[in-house]
Amino acid sequence: MMQDTQYPEKTVGIPLVDDPKMTMRNVSVFYGEKQATFDVQLDIAKNEVLAMIGPSGCGKSTLLRCLNRMNDTIVGCRVAGDISLEQENIYGKMDVVPLRARVGMVFQKPNPFPKSIYDNVAYGPRIHGLAHRRIEFDEIVENSLRRAGLWEEVKDRLDQPGTGLSGGQQQRLCIARTIAVNPEVILMDEPCSALDPIATAKIEELIAELSENYTIAIVTHSMQQAARVSQRTAYFHLGRLIEVNDTERVFTNPQHKLTEAYITGRFG
Amino acid sequence: MSSGGEQNRNTAVPADDDYHKRTREQVYNSLARRYRKEKLFRSLGMLSVVFGIVCVVVLFGDIGRKGIGAFWNTWIQLEVTLDASTLGITPESTPDAIQHANYDAVIKTALLSRFPDVTARADKKALYSLVSSGAGDNVRNLLKKHPELLGQKQVIWVLADDEVDTFFKHTRKLKLPETERSITDKQVAWVEQWIASGQMEKRFNQLFFEAGDSREPEQAGIRSALAGSALTLLVTLLLSFPVGVAAAVYLEEFAPKNRFTDFIEVNINNLAAVPSIIFGLLGLAVFIGFFHITRSVPLVGGLVLTFMTLPTIIISSRAAIKSVPPSIREAAFGIGASQMQVVSQHVIPLAMPGMLTGAIIGMARALGETAPLLMIGMVAFIVDIPHGITDPSTVLPVQIYLWADSSERAFVERTSAAIIVLLAFLLVMNGAAVWLRNKLERRW
Repeated sequence: MMQDTQYPEKTVGIPLVDDPKMTMRNVSVFYGEKQATFDVQLDIAKNEVLAMIGPSGCGKSTLLRCLNRMNDTIVGCRVAGDISLEQENIYGKMDVVPLRARVGMVFQKPNPFPKSIYDNVAYGPRIHGLAHRRIEFDEIVENSLRRAGLWEEVKDRLDQPGTGLSGGQQQRLCIARTIAVNPEVILMDEPCSALDPIATAKIEELIAELSENYTIAIVTHSMQQAARVSQRTAYFHLGRLIEVNDTERVFTNPQHKLTEAYITGRFG
Repeated sequence: MSSGGEQNRNTAVPADDDYHKRTREQVYNSLARRYRKEKLFRSLGMLSVVFGIVCVVVLFGDIGRKGIGAFWNTWIQLEVTLDASTLGITPESTPDAIQHANYDAVIKTALLSRFPDVTARADKKALYSLVSSGAGDNVRNLLKKHPELLGQKQVIWVLADDEVDTFFKHTRKLKLPETERSITDKQVAWVEQWIASGQMEKRFNQLFFEAGDSREPEQAGIRSALAGSALTLLVTLLLSFPVGVAAAVYLEEFAPKNRFTDFIEVNINNLAAVPSIIFGLLGLAVFIGFFHITRSVPLVGGLVLTFMTLPTIIISSRAAIKSVPPSIREAAFGIGASQMQVVSQHVIPLAMPGMLTGAIIGMARALGETAPLLMIGMVAFIVDIPHGITDPSTVLPVQIYLWADSSERAFVERTSAAIIVLLAFLLVMNGAAVWLRNKLERRW
């Protein structure tokens, strides 16, 4: 019955903004022969939290991973269209290493390095040469852990392995590791899907705090989470961006039938 | 659509009591058959394990029983007169003259004075053959250390001949008739006199670990073969580990995935299955035939064994690299690490235990390898202990092969003893592999 529903000619709502941090124009991603997204037009505004929602296989994670070219490592993955960070095409001349320093990523499953908590956070600044003396590293590590809300819990055991923390703590450690290189944009790929509700609440709080300084794009399966943390929400369906609007509007007054069907739980 | 589904399910699975009962009976009926199969499989597995253990025990037991004797040798006490005229030297002789003095004459004189009733020429010869031809060395060493003893009488212990050694250690208690042993009744009588007067004893066979190969079993040792094996393995390790790991890292992390790399991968797997003697032929043709490196040297042996070990190391290193969780890679890439940083700071440290295990297993195989080394001439009779990778040498398994081929009875137990040493080395190496893996393995 859903198959009968027509896709909109053009994305419903307001995909483009006046002051974009990142822009996507006609973005189509292919995995070999299979097309994962179709001509996506979308902007991410400065210092906003953009939630990307949609049923499994809708291409939201694929699109998110294009934003810092994490898809480069996947054999057969091809990106058509134009993705820019502050008007600069990231698939053009821009080098992938500084891009990933500017656009950080937090993954679905917490993935701290099998190193100490300190070294986990200090890793990014170390490889990018952001600090040189021990005292500078100490400062970055403390600041990042504080901003990730983990400092009080780990300050006495910074030399212990990051993998020994609980799941929620590990994810906050990963966030601290990401913000330690002071990125402009943080991409989050279902950051709470492996966490319990209390840890999830902490991460969501953290996202709200971080949005003051960072531009955040978050893929989530939880509509409540999208509603709680984001200012704008983009709804994807089978590779097409169906609707983008202010989060409140999407959840209270969806414009497109597919969006409405999804948020009212008729499929998902 | 959904209501239609319900209907179908009702017809396919009738939910009445009768049906439940039937299902239950079918399940119970099949139980006996299922458990029987499990039991059969279990006993088969147990049987093969028992068979394996029996084989190992028999093999090790046999080798141990045969070889343990070689770790002791027989010594004879003689009262020698370091007479200058017998030796053919004077107190003023140069060290070179002392080196080449006639020590055998001193030994012979000592033997005759111990058994004064031996006068016939044939008996004398039989008597002389009871001590090792290397017995003179024992006297020489004494005189070189204490030149002031010249002209004096000394009680010293000299090495017994291998036939006496075998008789003293093994065949004496069997009370064999003369035709079935290799020393005559007369010789036995002399040996018995020595034993009775406490002038013959068994000692730990230090010479076995200190000497090179010899035609006389009682003087033969595995030191040159051990040194040869160590040097050969050193060359193999230094070449095959870095090259193998580099190849594995390149193929896994950097190489594009295309037909050409697929072709390489298939061929590396094929190389691992190539009979080792082929590598020997290749080494003979390339290193000795083309590059004109000397034969029988650890350098060539190591190069040939590198050929043989490389596929093993590459395959196990690739498996170790593949087993590094992709999440670690993603995390490093996601923060902006370059490919090289990801590889050197994350992938290699995490894959290291697997790589080392593979390398040690490859080395253990190389240690036991004989065939390719025969091709490049490491089957030589080596008395001197090699000190460098270009000194002629042999290796442990080849030494075992050479001794197994010798006709002297006493080499039988030396062959087994060398096998024991080789097995001990293999056990140590495999133990090191397990230890390294446990020590370096990290949880994530």
